Amino acid sequence: MFDRDKWLEIWSTVKQNKLRTFLTSFSVFWGIFMLIILLGSGKGLQNGVEKEFAADATNTVWINGGVTTMPYKGMLPGRRINLKSADLLTISKEVQAGDELSVRKDIWQNNTISYKNKFVSFDVKCVSPAYGKVENIEMLEGRFLNALDMSDNRKVVSIGYLVRDELFGENNQAIGEIILINDIPFKVVGVFTDSGGDRDVRRVYIPHSSASKVFGFGDEIGRIPILTSANVEESKLMEQRIRLKLSETHIFDPADPRAINVWNNVENYAQFTSLFAMINIFVWFIGIMTIIAGIVGVSNIMIIVVKERTKEIGIRKAIGARPSSIVSLIIMESVVITSVAGYLGLVFGTFILGLMSKYMPDSDFFANPEVSLGVAIQATVVLVISGALAGFWPALRAARIRPIEALRDE
Amino acid sequence: MIKLENIHKSYNTGATSLHVLKGISAEIHEGEMVSIMGSSGSGKSTLLNILGILDGYDQGSYLLNNIPVRNMTEKKAAWFRNNYLGFVFQSFNLINYKNALENVALPLYYQNISRKKRNIIAMEYLEKVGLKEWAHHLPSELSGGQKQRIAIARSIISKPKVIFADEPTGALDTTTSYEVMNILKEINKEGITIVIVTHENDIAGMTDRIIRLKDGLIINKK
Repeated sequence: MFDRDKWLEIWSTVKQNKLRTFLTSFSVFWGIFMLIILLGSGKGLQNGVEKEFAADATNTVWINGGVTTMPYKGMLPGRRINLKSADLLTISKEVQAGDELSVRKDIWQNNTISYKNKFVSFDVKCVSPAYGKVENIEMLEGRFLNALDMSDNRKVVSIGYLVRDELFGENNQAIGEIILINDIPFKVVGVFTDSGGDRDVRRVYIPHSSASKVFGFGDEIGRIPILTSANVEESKLMEQRIRLKLSETHIFDPADPRAINVWNNVENYAQFTSLFAMINIFVWFIGIMTIIAGIVGVSNIMIIVVKERTKEIGIRKAIGARPSSIVSLIIMESVVITSVAGYLGLVFGTFILGLMSKYMPDSDFFANPEVSLGVAIQATVVLVISGALAGFWPALRAARIRPIEALRDE
Repeated sequence: MIKLENIHKSYNTGATSLHVLKGISAEIHEGEMVSIMGSSGSGKSTLLNILGILDGYDQGSYLLNNIPVRNMTEKKAAWFRNNYLGFVFQSFNLINYKNALENVALPLYYQNISRKKRNIIAMEYLEKVGLKEWAHHLPSELSGGQKQRIAIARSIISKPKVIFADEPTGALDTTTSYEVMNILKEINKEGITIVIVTHENDIAGMTDRIIRLKDGLIINKK
């Protein structure tokens, strides 16, 4: 099938009709080019949003206190509901086996953190050790908080690397130093980074137990993130059960949407995932439609080629060419034109995506537009098949040419 | 070699049917050189097309080398044309973007003979028709006589049993015509049956036998 004669013949027809071949190739080229750009941009959008998600664990359900909006059992709306340590126990009974609960209490003051004569202001989060997993924290040196810190009410702190840089100078040793948080001394035990962006590293984590004592918020727990293995359905049921249980202890209407606030990341993430699956399907749909336009162009050209070569095909048949050899000649020509043009589109599209990736600043919702090898292979398969399809009808037409009619054609 | 019995052929053009061959019976023996003559519209080209399996027929029987030729698939007809038959046309019918050597070698391509081998064979045949030096020229660079000689080389390269020539000298001047006829006669001497359609008496006179057609019937067998 791939002997030199066929290549020579394909080359000679292409050479004889440069403009025509170029115009046809361009439509295929453009189709693939657009497909690649679309797919790449879709991926960029997805990467951007996924990066936002990846900053924190995606399998979390957050439970937080709120303010009632419905009157219940003689109580007026507008009552604040704060989660207490007893609630932690209540909630832990409603989650799935193996799920991890942690706590986070934010201190909303003008937090002053100082080291020697340097005074700065950063977020202070009072957390339990498991909270590190919720934020997907990565330790640069030292350690995060541990269970002993909690049980012994140790005054230790794990600081973001930007906090370290400002207090101690860039990359200077911070472990073991004592810093003051609102005038209370804490010992630095770790420096961390977080892919969630600057905001997530411009903060310090201290043990919840010690913080409740020194800052005097007593039994208040703040919010409770649950790291769960639940799927979307299970997480929603879990949410309902927790709401119901808490409504009993805190006495509020279980139908009240604001009495406690629930942020279900499991559900949100699943929604984003399916949204991007839809976008991907949509992009392929548009891409395939564009390619079909190109294929129709190639098919048209091939019909003209067959018509122009009627006499030649007749001669070949008189000499002894089988219909199959004529069919394969035409289909191969079509596949070659489509593949070469499509491949150029693929390369050019990837090149443009590369430029976009290099020179376009990453934003929160767009990062690293790219096409994977898998997509490139899929596109190639689509090309070869479409080339064969484009050549199929013209080839059948050629195969049906009767030698006497062709030879009469002067 | 060729045995025709009561061959009928008509062409349907819309509502009217044109009865071209009205019962042709003839026999051509192996090694003969026969010409078919007749005025335009007598059916001589139609007859040649049927003989060459380029066209079908409606009634009668056609035996080629004792093999009945009837309702053949395209694939089988292709095999027959490739292995048993050779064609020479009035307008040469060379492929214009292939050089002389490639044109001559083409039938062997359809016999799946390697490029190297078929070029060697094609060169031998070009030498036979005296055009070895012109092997790498395109048809457009050759004279009519040269083109026809290349066409003849192409028709005999697959060692066919029969060569059908449709007005082989129609586009040539007298001198060249005679040269071409001499080549055909030499091929005939090697045992290949040759059937020539012509309307020129001197050309027909150079063959062993003339079959004259008029209005779809054979009017004399000499």
